[in-house]
Amino acid sequence: MPVGVKDIVATRGVPTTAGSRILEGWRPPYDATVVERMRAAGLVMLGKTNLDEFAMGSSTEYSAYGPTYNPWDLTRIPGGSGGGSAAALAAYEAPLTVGTDTGGSIRQPGAVTGTVGAKPTYGGTSRYGLVAFSSSLDTPGPCARTVEDAALLHAVLAGHDPRDSTSIPQPVPDVVGAARLGATGDLTGVRLGLVREFGAEGAEPGVMAAFRDGLDALTKLGAEVVEVSCPHFQYALPAYYLIAPSECSSNLARFDGVRYGLRVGDDGQKAIEEVMSLTREAGFGPEVKRRVIIGTYALSSGYYDAYYGQAQKVRTLITRDFTAAFEQVDVLVSPTTPFVAFPLGSRTSDPYQMYLADLYTIPTNLYGGPAISVPCGLSEGLPVGFQIMAPTLADDRMYRVAAALESAVGTLTPGELS
Amino acid sequence: MTVTLPPYDEVVARYEPVIGLETHVELGTKTKMFCGCPIDFGGQPNTRICPVCLGLPGSLPVANKAAIEATIRIGLALNCTIATWSRFARKNYFYPDMPKNYQISQYDEPLCVDGWLDVEVEGEIVRIGIERVHLEEDTGKTQHVGGATGRIHGATESLVDYNRAGIPLVEIVTKPVPGTGALAPIVARAYVTELRDVIRSLGVSDVRMEQGSLRCDVNTSLSLPGEPWGTRTETKNVNSLRSVERAVRSEILRQAAVLDAGGKIKQETRHLHEETGDTRPGRSKETATDYRYFPEPDLVPLAPDPAWVASLKEALPELPRVHRKRLQTDWGLSDLDMRSVVNAGAVELIEETIAAGASPRAPASGGWASWPAAPTRPASSWSRWVPRPRRWPSCSAWSTRASSTTSWPAPYWRA
Amino acid sequence: MAAISREEVAHLARLSRLAVSEEEIDVFAGQLDVILQAVARVGEVVAEDIPPTSHSVPLTNVLRDDVEVPCLTPEEALAGAPDVEEGRFRVPRILEEEA
Repeated sequence: MPVGVKDIVATRGVPTTAGSRILEGWRPPYDATVVERMRAAGLVMLGKTNLDEFAMGSSTEYSAYGPTYNPWDLTRIPGGSGGGSAAALAAYEAPLTVGTDTGGSIRQPGAVTGTVGAKPTYGGTSRYGLVAFSSSLDTPGPCARTVEDAALLHAVLAGHDPRDSTSIPQPVPDVVGAARLGATGDLTGVRLGLVREFGAEGAEPGVMAAFRDGLDALTKLGAEVVEVSCPHFQYALPAYYLIAPSECSSNLARFDGVRYGLRVGDDGQKAIEEVMSLTREAGFGPEVKRRVIIGTYALSSGYYDAYYGQAQKVRTLITRDFTAAFEQVDVLVSPTTPFVAFPLGSRTSDPYQMYLADLYTIPTNLYGGPAISVPCGLSEGLPVGFQIMAPTLADDRMYRVAAALESAVGTLTPGELS
Repeated sequence: MTVTLPPYDEVVARYEPVIGLETHVELGTKTKMFCGCPIDFGGQPNTRICPVCLGLPGSLPVANKAAIEATIRIGLALNCTIATWSRFARKNYFYPDMPKNYQISQYDEPLCVDGWLDVEVEGEIVRIGIERVHLEEDTGKTQHVGGATGRIHGATESLVDYNRAGIPLVEIVTKPVPGTGALAPIVARAYVTELRDVIRSLGVSDVRMEQGSLRCDVNTSLSLPGEPWGTRTETKNVNSLRSVERAVRSEILRQAAVLDAGGKIKQETRHLHEETGDTRPGRSKETATDYRYFPEPDLVPLAPDPAWVASLKEALPELPRVHRKRLQTDWGLSDLDMRSVVNAGAVELIEETIAAGASPRAPASGGWASWPAAPTRPASSWSRWVPRPRRWPSCSAWSTRASSTTSWPAPYWRA
Repeated sequence: MAAISREEVAHLARLSRLAVSEEEIDVFAGQLDVILQAVARVGEVVAEDIPPTSHSVPLTNVLRDDVEVPCLTPEEALAGAPDVEEGRFRVPRILEEEA
């Protein structure tokens, strides 16, 4: 079974660029744990898939190696950061791919390409060998064309890894069994939570319509819909865009042209300090630089408490919102992303507009729980994703609901390929 | 630059020195702090590194249990409170010997806090407060090439070996030590000596200053009696016991000269120059350093089980001062004689001799007469008896210091 | 009022070892100002008594035994290096002393 691997996952002897010029040509001397697990399971690596540089972006336009196009419409983005992994599935180039999800980088590309993308519980899949973007959020996970395929890959990727201190030493939930159970189409007694605060956040009407259709389909299968309140979700995006850049500013400090990767400006005259600065200037793209600068700012003495420290407190409140919600419902549901695939170049000049693509996916990352995006229909001929969020360690729950939805609405295939 | 330094005893009569010491100890664990690479000295460069200690993209640290245990034992031996909740933090700064351009260290949640170490100076006990004991990772080693001296200044390039990167490093920080007056340099030295002996007795490090497994930064400030403490300077990487003493003394003299001339002390990093015994400023950075500490997201918090900590405390060996007291009683030595034995570094040798068959009562009963140096001789003669010249503090270097001949207090190793 | 000035952006870039151009500083200053104004919203939340969350996983004391594992060979370790001399990573001269 061939599998595509997002090019931020270390593969022994095979170039691993993280979509960045600064790592051009770097061949890791080791395999990531998820790669080891796939090899052990007999999966064959088909190739590395494109991404936004260091997984920072929502469109794959920030790859140093050029953009990836959406198989549904080649003038549009395939989502990001894992646009390559999602587009490869939608275009039938690969049956399975691996992604990483820090703020939605598996789910949002899944949504806009009409494929399935699952972010496991943080700590459920090992980060060892993932070129780090934001350590407390990064989670590798499966991308597939069907929910059952995603569950099968999930089961291969997940499990405790002693090389990752944040890996959870517990058995992996039976995600495959849950997906098969869900596929029988019975959701009797399952309570779905609609986050009241998401309603105010303005998704495109077409996206909301497809989402409502999905919700109706689930109710027909026996699920019950309950409105829940998560008052701090509105602060998730600001908190995320402080925490992730802060951690990234530190994680990306190692790219300095000393031990591996690009070196620029070493003319025998310049000192190392200047060579490091020229290397990083030439090796990083604009979005990475923006985030490194924001992160450096947020961690600076004098600003730490107001920014990074406060964002971590907000993270606690968001976690409490989830915990309270899961006392009332089994899963939370929402559109995966507020808008369908947007045209290439339409959001790159205004970075904050790009950030809004992650509005619905980010709360889960801050909480650490699992979430999945599964197709629920089309809007203006483009796929819409339906997001199911579950409590931490209850990854099986989201697979059951996702498979049930898939059994009702079917899978999506781009027009030209069907 | 020639500055006339005032006489030492005159300076310490007018100014009150405050000292503080930060000591780094490389632990003697089998493997590094966050990976399974072995710890060793020498050998070929870059042969004891892996993706983790080389900071390769994607690698992750996992903390070494033996290093945590050793740090807690050091904290217990220094009468510290062991934290029930402790975390690692990232200290961010760019330097080529740091594989990740951040050091995994501890910031506001160290493993051990608020302890003390009693140090004997001229028969008196001085209690040195311990602010904190924390754990971090060592950096690689940089060799500067092309300059005349092998120093950073004038070099055209540098070569980096990461074999040392990631070795567990315990940092022990004292509270400021005021009130030692003229004895400040000797107290500093006695503290580092005692600390070294304590750590050696725990068996957690070979604490060899000449190999860099024990390194010291010495803080010194001066103030007028009744005034707030003065601005301190930090003399970095002092690498011998003698240098600890020299660093404090030299800074006291230098700062007094600056203050006497109406100048201000600049808070800065300085270096002790072994040849001359004076300190010189380090090269200052263009911008003030902001380390941007934040909790290390790749590691989870430490919450040492109080029962485990209690069992570690229970199992602590007899600490050097207690041990020496017992030996003194066993050997029937006077305080003065015992101090001479200690200062000569002869305790271990005598113990070994006794362990080899000599009677522990021999010194008191005169049975040592057949040995080259009998305990009945004047204490100073122990020096000739002890075959350990390496540890013997040389007095000769001081003779070149014209300014110190009259003011230098009688060295405590001279009876 | 702008959340971040052009000078601050230049300072932060220096701190981050990014040799940004003057044009980049101009562009970034505007963009970062928008972003920082937006993220500053976290300050609206009253959270004085709220403990910070740095990990979503409530694990403690994840430790490994003090057991050796094989290192990289020097060839593997140095393979990706831009410049190597005598088995070491060669870097241009260093201006600043270590912190």
